[in-house]
Amino acid sequence: MPPAEGPLIIAGRVGNRRVITAACPAALDLGLRTGMTVSRAQALVPDLRIEADDAAADAAALERLALWLLQRVAPIVSADPPDGIVIDSTGADHLHGGEAAMLEALAGKLALSGITARLALADSWGAAHALAHHGADGVTIVPPGASDAALAPLPLEALRLPAATAAGLRDLGFETIGDLMDQPRAPLTRRFGEALCRRLDQARGLASEPIAPLRPEGLIEIRRAFAEPIAAPETIARTIGKLVGQLCTELTAKGLGARRLDLLCARIDNRIEVLRVGLAVPQRDPARLTRLFCDRIVTLDPGLGIEIMTLTATIAEPLVPRQAATSLLEEAAPDLSGLIDTLSNRLGARSVFRFAAVASDVPERAIIRIPPLVDTATPGMEAWPDHWPRPARLLPRPEPIETMALLPDHPPRWILWRGVRRHVQCADGPERIFGEWWKRDAEAQAVRDYFRIEDEAGARYWIFRQGDGEDQATGSHRWFLHGVFG
Amino acid sequence: MPAVRPALAELRARIGEIDGTGARQHGVLPFGVRELDRRLPQGGLSLGALHEVAGGGQGAVDGAAAACFVAGIAARMKGQVLWCVTQTDLFAPGLAQVGLPPERVIHVEAGDDISVLAAMEEGLRHGGLGAVVGDVARLSMTASRRLHLAAKGSGTIGLALRRWRRQADASDFGQPTAAMTRWRVSELPSAPLPVLGIGRARWLVELIRARAGDSFDLELEACDGAGHLRLPADVADRSAAAAGGRYIAAG
Repeated sequence: MPPAEGPLIIAGRVGNRRVITAACPAALDLGLRTGMTVSRAQALVPDLRIEADDAAADAAALERLALWLLQRVAPIVSADPPDGIVIDSTGADHLHGGEAAMLEALAGKLALSGITARLALADSWGAAHALAHHGADGVTIVPPGASDAALAPLPLEALRLPAATAAGLRDLGFETIGDLMDQPRAPLTRRFGEALCRRLDQARGLASEPIAPLRPEGLIEIRRAFAEPIAAPETIARTIGKLVGQLCTELTAKGLGARRLDLLCARIDNRIEVLRVGLAVPQRDPARLTRLFCDRIVTLDPGLGIEIMTLTATIAEPLVPRQAATSLLEEAAPDLSGLIDTLSNRLGARSVFRFAAVASDVPERAIIRIPPLVDTATPGMEAWPDHWPRPARLLPRPEPIETMALLPDHPPRWILWRGVRRHVQCADGPERIFGEWWKRDAEAQAVRDYFRIEDEAGARYWIFRQGDGEDQATGSHRWFLHGVFG
Repeated sequence: MPAVRPALAELRARIGEIDGTGARQHGVLPFGVRELDRRLPQGGLSLGALHEVAGGGQGAVDGAAAACFVAGIAARMKGQVLWCVTQTDLFAPGLAQVGLPPERVIHVEAGDDISVLAAMEEGLRHGGLGAVVGDVARLSMTASRRLHLAAKGSGTIGLALRRWRRQADASDFGQPTAAMTRWRVSELPSAPLPVLGIGRARWLVELIRARAGDSFDLELEACDGAGHLRLPADVADRSAAAAGGRYIAAG
């Protein structure tokens, strides 16, 4: 929605009144609130743009967003109408580099798509829902087992109760979820029905609340139910082999290859265990796919037994047969995608990468990590300048050192790094690097002068001085060690 | 080993085969430095085998010279290089300057030593890579034997870059492993220049242990842009007798 054209509200109907169901930030700043009648809003803000509420379109958009998340974040995703999406991230967070990194990346992706979202990660659906809707922060992570403490200060509405129940509880003097937790159950149930205690238990993780995973139309899916629950790893492996075989047959029939596969194992205690496998290039080789799953069977907890296994090709892309070698003399490049898939499914997709050059003079910004199978041989790719030597090892961040140096352009006589004093025998430099003033205002005048120095034992280091040695505006004139040469 | 009799060479090769050195099946990679190659058992680094490299002194911790030495070896192999580390501090432009451009290296950031070893083994077994490098601190006999057998099976060269968190831990380098050769690369003062500045880097390259070979040490000039080592001019011009002994840097 373009906010530049003035405040916008969405108007819906409650009973026979027209009320605001959603308002843009500009409208909220003007004092409009959800639940206010439209006539009153129009009286307050004359040039108000009003759009009619379209519940069906909203639901469809939410479903589309859920599908987008299903393909990128975790295998169990479901829309939580009217305005939420619930994700079961169990077994998927390690592929994103941990829970915090996963939420950060997710928030970034959503923000790029123009979606303002509040994220919460907790032990149960109820707790995550409550914190996302009523928590203090935009991104909340509740450590395992700490749901009660996080829920206690939240208002009663966070429990997903009917409005009448919440109002009734307020009449009795209950304000927060914490007030309800230690109350005797029987009188509450007698007065408000069993929904209240059920919602409370679901939020605290005492009662289970399975998520019905979103399964869009047209997804290739193989399902197998067992008469007798299975739990032994060998049996699971055999079943995976059969499921993968069937899936590959279907993929071949449609000319597709899988980029992402999800294996959902429904346990008899109503929990769903998940294995997700990502592939660098579309694949439909049963042996290879089976191996990727079987590598990770140890992470699968079958509990008392698995009764249904479902294998889904969440992302499938066209896979056409390719000519292997172009001439008799030319040797075909070995296919590394199998190795890369194995490593990235074991260690996480971010852990297997290649470096590529970025046009930047600042050394630590001149490199970027790219997926390992991206074709970098294309013309027009950047390359690093090689007229200045670069160290083999770069410290994660420059470490401050003590030095004795003549200003403005002499290398130091000695440096003190990690408690050891080294006398400089010879040096090269300075190589002056200017801050990227065209990208960052803070670096308008920044300068780094790099020197390559060698101590009496032959160890060679890459050091720099912040600033040009004359003008304090260009930097603090402090020295740092940034890399080690071989 | 000059003037080897054919019968002796044949016998040596057969012992090598039983011993599992693998050079016979997979060949060797010569360094291109005569002084170095003639003292290696098969005239070069055996392919399809595991080799160990560590830095000397401070280099045991930062592993910069060892990384360049290893990158130089990997650069002279054909095909992609898998480089496994616990946490990446390799600077790709630096590697590119010793002949290993970024499009030839697949980096794996494994998080811990055990995962590094597992990733190395996976890479060695694959067989489609040019070389597999791993930065590891601890390398047990069992782990090194697994890596060596994986390398032998596929013919890929495995390079274990030994690197420790503290210099004191470097004593671990004396422990026996199944590696074919064990190298130590330490930085030496660079070649003196007639003007101010730093000349081409020099290393003291020590072969500490070699299966079916003798250990030695040699002063060499560091890898150039294509990964080639070179004998310093002042050493190359000396007589053959003097070159056999230990060279002590003069001046």
